[in-house]
Amino acid sequence: MKILVAVKRVIDHAIRIRVKPDGTGVETANLRMSMNPFDRHAVEAAVRLAEAGQADEIVAVSIGPKAATDVLLTALAMGAHRGLLLETDAKLETLAVAKLLRHVADEEKPDLILLGKQAVDDDSNHVGQMLAGLLGWPQATFASAIELADGQATVTREVDFGRQTLRMSLPAIVTADLRLNEPRNVGLPMVMKAKSKPLATRAVAGLGIDITPRLVVETVTPPRERAQGRVVATPAEFAQAIAAEIGKMEPR
Amino acid sequence: MAVLVLADADLGRLTPATARIVAGAAELGPVDLLVDAAAAEEARSLAGVHRVLAAALPATADALAQLLAVLAEPYTHIVAAANASGRDVIPRLAALLDIQPVTDITAILGPTRFERPIYAGNATETVSDGQAKHVLSLRASAFAATVGENSAVVSNISPEVASATEVIAEVRTQSERPELSTAQIVVSGGIPLGDRFALVEDLAGKLGAAVGATRALVDAGHAPNDLQVGQTGKIVAPDLYVGLGISGALQHLAGIQGAKAIFAINTDAEAPLMKIADVALVADLFEAVPAVIAELDRLGIKR
Repeated sequence: MKILVAVKRVIDHAIRIRVKPDGTGVETANLRMSMNPFDRHAVEAAVRLAEAGQADEIVAVSIGPKAATDVLLTALAMGAHRGLLLETDAKLETLAVAKLLRHVADEEKPDLILLGKQAVDDDSNHVGQMLAGLLGWPQATFASAIELADGQATVTREVDFGRQTLRMSLPAIVTADLRLNEPRNVGLPMVMKAKSKPLATRAVAGLGIDITPRLVVETVTPPRERAQGRVVATPAEFAQAIAAEIGKMEPR
Repeated sequence: MAVLVLADADLGRLTPATARIVAGAAELGPVDLLVDAAAAEEARSLAGVHRVLAAALPATADALAQLLAVLAEPYTHIVAAANASGRDVIPRLAALLDIQPVTDITAILGPTRFERPIYAGNATETVSDGQAKHVLSLRASAFAATVGENSAVVSNISPEVASATEVIAEVRTQSERPELSTAQIVVSGGIPLGDRFALVEDLAGKLGAAVGATRALVDAGHAPNDLQVGQTGKIVAPDLYVGLGISGALQHLAGIQGAKAIFAINTDAEAPLMKIADVALVADLFEAVPAVIAELDRLGIKR
């Protein structure tokens, strides 16, 4: 049983991002970068399956610049067995990422692919579903529980009305939501130790996969600022302000 | 231009999101609405629908994406709601069609130009999509439903698609309150409420509001997880958002960017939510909320 887990290097989620004044994107220079939080849940799920004796190899894959090696080292320190970086400095859309991951899946032939449900930079929430579509595999997105037995995955998902449990045969794709688990923290010594694990790098350019962007990002703009309002002194004034607000509402 | 919209329905009824995304999609061209046969009658009365395609819709994303891919041929745009079900199916469909999707759209600037939030709403990108087809999801909260009568033609279709996935259980969160992502008023509670979340429900009940919670309160087990408001939960865009004991973590603020007015009660006047609130009250929740409800009663407010 082999698990492939995909991880992305993003601006650390605790950092408040700034839009560049020229509207071409957000400032990324000299900011702390880390593994996308949802991907940490995916890695943790893979490691727990291995610890429970249900998986014998975890391959962590990332796509991005050389610096993305950092997040692969984090995955290795958490317990993945080997890492693979598909190296490119190009800005990739999710369709290109899914195609590159399909290439890796074709070579590695995993039984299960785990990913975070979305990356907190572009907030797309695409890649797991797209990869499942390209491979023709079943998918379970927004997972809060995963069980494997008899060549099948039983996955509980967080959906609009509550929770839904799906059963599917392997190979399958599962995307992790926050309640899947509590990812372990890895200290710097463990990350340094992970450097002894195998980590391969391949150039995206040599794979013969079309990664040309399909969309044009015209501008990136900051949200409108909210000005501080007024402070009221009593609950009665607060209630009167609610009443005034309701009076202004139009029927929906 | 021709648009195929996937209706959002639950238990044979359209959700309020459907009318909103139909109104948004109608800006792109005549709308054919694909709907589960049980909701076909309701669907044909929706303003802005040109034709209803009624089918026994598959329950899982793999089969639904296949079905949409089969139907896609005559359409320039294929649209779903940016909720759990739309987010499940739209990217898979896009991959089948070899199209880069544009999702969580909050404004349609033209047939091929869209706005969508990134970085949890801390920035907005404007994208233009020059592909042959446009595979999109719309945030229902960003579009207003069109009011009006309709009796669109219903065409029954019998798709043959197979799923490799079986639904073995569903657990529904019971609520008599309006749905969070489309509610006009939302009352949310944060961690100071602890096991007294009923206080949020009391005020929400008075205002006919949907009930929400912060991730911290949900993680502490005091509120069900589908009530979580924020970047990683539900995105809300009410006319009035009332936050009780909510400090205003980045990821929570990201989920309420679209609120017209924000009111907050907190003991900490310096909490980020208090700093951006239109109306703020520095007070203990357990004393203030019952007093607010009593004053609303005195004013005769009941929705």
